[in-house]
Amino acid sequence: MLELRNITKRFGNVLANDRVNIVVRPGSIHAIVGENGAGKSTAMRIAYGFYRADSGEILVDGKPQPIHTPHDAIALGIGMVHQHFMLVDTMTVAENIVLGAEPGTLISLDIRGAGKRIRSLSEEFHLAIDPGAVIENLSVGQQQRVELLKALYRQARVLILDEPTAVLTPQEVDEFFQILRRMREQGKTVIIITHKLDEVLAISDEVTVMRDGRVLGHRKTAETTAAELARLMVGREVLLRVQKKPAVPGRVILSVRRLSMKGRLNGISFVIRAGEILGIAGVEGNGQTELIEALAGLVGESELSGSIDFDGREISRLSARQRKELGIAHVPEDRQRRGLLLDASVAENSILGVHYREPAVTGRSGIMLDDASIRARAQRVIEGFDVRPANSELPARALSGGNQQKLIIGREFELPPKLLLVSQPTRGVDIGAIEFIHRKLVALRDSGCAVLLVSAELEEVTAIADRLMVIYAGRIVGEVDPTLATNEEIGLMMAGGSRTSDED
Amino acid sequence: MAEILSFSILYSTIRVATPLLLAALGGLLSERSGVINIALEGLMLAGAFTSAVVTHYAGNPWIGLLAGIGSGVFIAAIHAVACIQFDSNQVVTGTAINILMLGIPTLLSGALFETTGSTPQIPRANLIPNAPAVIAFALVPVIWYVLYRTPFGLRLRAAGENPEAADTAGVSVAAIRYTGVLLSGALAAIGGAYLSIGQSSLFTRNMTAGRGFIALAALIFGKWRPVQTMLACLLFGFAEAAAIQMQGVIPHVRVEYIQIIPYVLTMVVLAGFIGAARAPRALGRPYEKE
Repeated sequence: MLELRNITKRFGNVLANDRVNIVVRPGSIHAIVGENGAGKSTAMRIAYGFYRADSGEILVDGKPQPIHTPHDAIALGIGMVHQHFMLVDTMTVAENIVLGAEPGTLISLDIRGAGKRIRSLSEEFHLAIDPGAVIENLSVGQQQRVELLKALYRQARVLILDEPTAVLTPQEVDEFFQILRRMREQGKTVIIITHKLDEVLAISDEVTVMRDGRVLGHRKTAETTAAELARLMVGREVLLRVQKKPAVPGRVILSVRRLSMKGRLNGISFVIRAGEILGIAGVEGNGQTELIEALAGLVGESELSGSIDFDGREISRLSARQRKELGIAHVPEDRQRRGLLLDASVAENSILGVHYREPAVTGRSGIMLDDASIRARAQRVIEGFDVRPANSELPARALSGGNQQKLIIGREFELPPKLLLVSQPTRGVDIGAIEFIHRKLVALRDSGCAVLLVSAELEEVTAIADRLMVIYAGRIVGEVDPTLATNEEIGLMMAGGSRTSDED
Repeated sequence: MAEILSFSILYSTIRVATPLLLAALGGLLSERSGVINIALEGLMLAGAFTSAVVTHYAGNPWIGLLAGIGSGVFIAAIHAVACIQFDSNQVVTGTAINILMLGIPTLLSGALFETTGSTPQIPRANLIPNAPAVIAFALVPVIWYVLYRTPFGLRLRAAGENPEAADTAGVSVAAIRYTGVLLSGALAAIGGAYLSIGQSSLFTRNMTAGRGFIALAALIFGKWRPVQTMLACLLFGFAEAAAIQMQGVIPHVRVEYIQIIPYVLTMVVLAGFIGAARAPRALGRPYEKE
């Protein structure tokens, strides 16, 4: 159906694709897996005409085809849904779908006719959507349907989906996979780019693994395992399950009592001891963000009530900087917005938060940044946390998501912290880096630091945390032992069902 | 004071609003495609000067008008190439064009007529009648239709809101933006020509006196929508018409204080009453693939 033959593509001096060969059979669901930066998206964007390959050819139905623009690809029946949706927020569903392939005449756009066709398509593929709805009022899941319809409307026979599940909740993922299977039944070919191995195993018929711009192997999904795919992706054995010893909790580091924030947090109380990881599970938007920010000192004190004792001292009136000086480190959930200055160098980013004092600032004058010691610190972070490429002069923007995250975590570890507040540490991070970050968090715990871990990935909190609390609608609805509780049990609490009714 | 609300002020409002409306509608096409057009002032001046000169030589205002349109398109093309081809800062390029258009007419009229002050007077019979006023207002529904009911309009709006989305849908963002900017040059030039060979009979230095900027303000106040933009132009037109009428009607007030009314109104409206105006999301952002 679609074949990439010896595709090579360079960006500057980075070899993004190196003689890539991929054969996609018609009517199959074909997964392309690899870590961030492995060249999966580049290869597929070449197939879609968004980039031009430096050499190599693309075959459609066995014939070599010049695909120079998305227009060419669309004409050949290739559609692509990008990781970041390509939708015009202010326009309607129908307008977005017909854009570039408008029905009617040059002087008259037949939006009503388009609406009719969209409705019949959405019935055929069970993609319920109102053609007249405006994009910005739709949920992410609905927007994804619009993207699928956009490709189907253009009579795509091959759909390329770039990280389609990254933005979906677990329920939406199930629904989405149903849609993909239905498309396969209708004779469509689906290519899905991902780095989530459980999804590869759940949905695909065949899988191609890429690393460092090269194809490392093709497998029939039925004949492979997650461990084998992970080894191909990362290039070494990967522990998919974190190894850790039982925690040895010490003295109480953080004690939160009846912490409330109007409409967001409702009487939250808990303690964390030195040498333990306290996990917080919950559906996003139930107060996790506010809780972490309240503890880090990023919420105005007038908005909060209750007390926060850190290491025997009431800190709820202290600023974020003062808290940092006491040893509270913070890895924010949105690394690009709150964690880094994307255009500043890795070295500069490695001193954020301590940029005003030694060692970033030279001792005597107290006003000049000390380049040598900043570089030394950056080097420690780069080496200690395997930040790649290992160049402290690059802007943070140039790093992949996983490496940005390692940079932030490395910086916060340098504080050094007595308490680490860490939110979504592995969101959008590839599995090699996930394993690494998990090991580092456990090691930090073993060194006697207290860790508060918030994550939307249930797998993550149950694997890492020593104790697990569930948050719902701004209140803690219960605490479980992560080694004993089942996912169903925790899931029920995440949906608001309390496990122990006598608890308050 | 009764005269202020008379029939004559309505007429004069429409006359004053016409060049504003033409320039604002031009700006609308450019900005909805994603290219800031702060050069409206310069484009009006190009149209005003060229049409006055060509009408003087040709003795026919329609030929003059066509030449004026040509000059507006030409100057807009400079803006377009800089902004679209070379990803320049659109505000800086537009400002450069405005400054250029203050100087070039003076230079050329000095060379052609040995006076830098103004072009020669054109006989009344060779002036454009009030037709442009009608055309300008008729353009409002036309542009509305193009914007919201044709494939081109859909692509134009998409290019201004999310060029990446347009590109991946197979739309050439560059072609759309060129079209938008060039059309803005043509419309702003007609607005300028209406000043020099319609309302007056010659070109004088900087004769637009900031009307291009007021048109831009009307476009923003009108939230980049045709009908609202027209209403904003009428409001600003009314302010100027009223200022003209009030001169001499109200005793003991210096003329300058009355003349600043339209400009003050522009500022007050932009600063205070604009509300949640939302510009096209990609306005001012050059489109390049990653």
